[in-house]
Amino acid sequence: MNRLRLVLLTVGGAGLAALLVAACLRLPDFGGRRHPYGDRAVHASLSRHTANTIASVNFDQRAYDTLGEMSILFAAVLGCVVLLRQAGDERRARPEPAEVARPVRRYALLVLPVALLTGLYVIAHGQLSPGGGFQGGVVAATALHLLYLGADYRALERVRPLGVYETTDSLAVAAYLVLGTAGVLAGTAFLANTLLPYGTFNTLSSGGTVPLLNAAIGMEVASAAVVLLAHFLDQAVEIEETTGERTEGAHER
Amino acid sequence: MSDALTVVVLVLVAAAATAAVAQRDPARQALVLSFLGVLLAALFTVLQAPDVGLSQLAVGSALTPLLIMLSVRKVRRRGRSKEGPE
Repeated sequence: MNRLRLVLLTVGGAGLAALLVAACLRLPDFGGRRHPYGDRAVHASLSRHTANTIASVNFDQRAYDTLGEMSILFAAVLGCVVLLRQAGDERRARPEPAEVARPVRRYALLVLPVALLTGLYVIAHGQLSPGGGFQGGVVAATALHLLYLGADYRALERVRPLGVYETTDSLAVAAYLVLGTAGVLAGTAFLANTLLPYGTFNTLSSGGTVPLLNAAIGMEVASAAVVLLAHFLDQAVEIEETTGERTEGAHER
Repeated sequence: MSDALTVVVLVLVAAAATAAVAQRDPARQALVLSFLGVLLAALFTVLQAPDVGLSQLAVGSALTPLLIMLSVRKVRRRGRSKEGPE
């Protein structure tokens, strides 16, 4: 059995190595001047008044791929929520308010609004400058957790009603699908960027449906990251196992 | 000039990645990983892919180390509470 595995691994590995070497030999040179795909992508992006070509690729030319990525994130977070839920043999212990060193508190509370604003800015300007819904969403979601560093877990829980973020996550996914379906209803194709006027180049409202899809992704990623971190934090800070702690069972409630 | 910069950042990335693998304590590994995330973001920016650099900065240097630290804390707490009552 073990030998069979080893033979299988060797054959598979050799095949992969041969294919990779063959592919690498035909790659264009590093830093070359010919970019056939890039030229076409930039042309398509400019013709639809989207200043950031990457955003145009993500939310217009390859919007369907982004739908797949969004579904992966949604399913992954859903799986984590199910796995990390409070099981029958676990209980919640209220975390004690913790002492925070004053420089840490000052730094965290000072940086939090700046980081949050940066995240929102990156989401809003996704179609104009580097960044977009995904990057900005993660920044905004992690910025919120500076409150856990600067104050304590209960302060974070107070500004983070989990139900709202879970609902926002699902609503954002639905919004992306509805925007895609709107294209079908308007008589073109799913997620086709022909629905809205393309607007003035390099302004916030340019690019047709790109800013809307970008905003939907921003909402989805931000709330997905908050929900994910919330369940990890719950497990790390609040939830305790009760098995084998019979002596403590008496004053559990 | 830009080639030299690429080489320098590539070497730094390789060094940080090796350090992350060589470090055995998961909590410290998370810190090294966070540093590696910043270096990778710099590398992507040098290679003119600022969008990917931003993703790397947000996910690789903030979110992933945070998730690792929280998992480590949970595992350690669990070990302690199992030893405690017995």
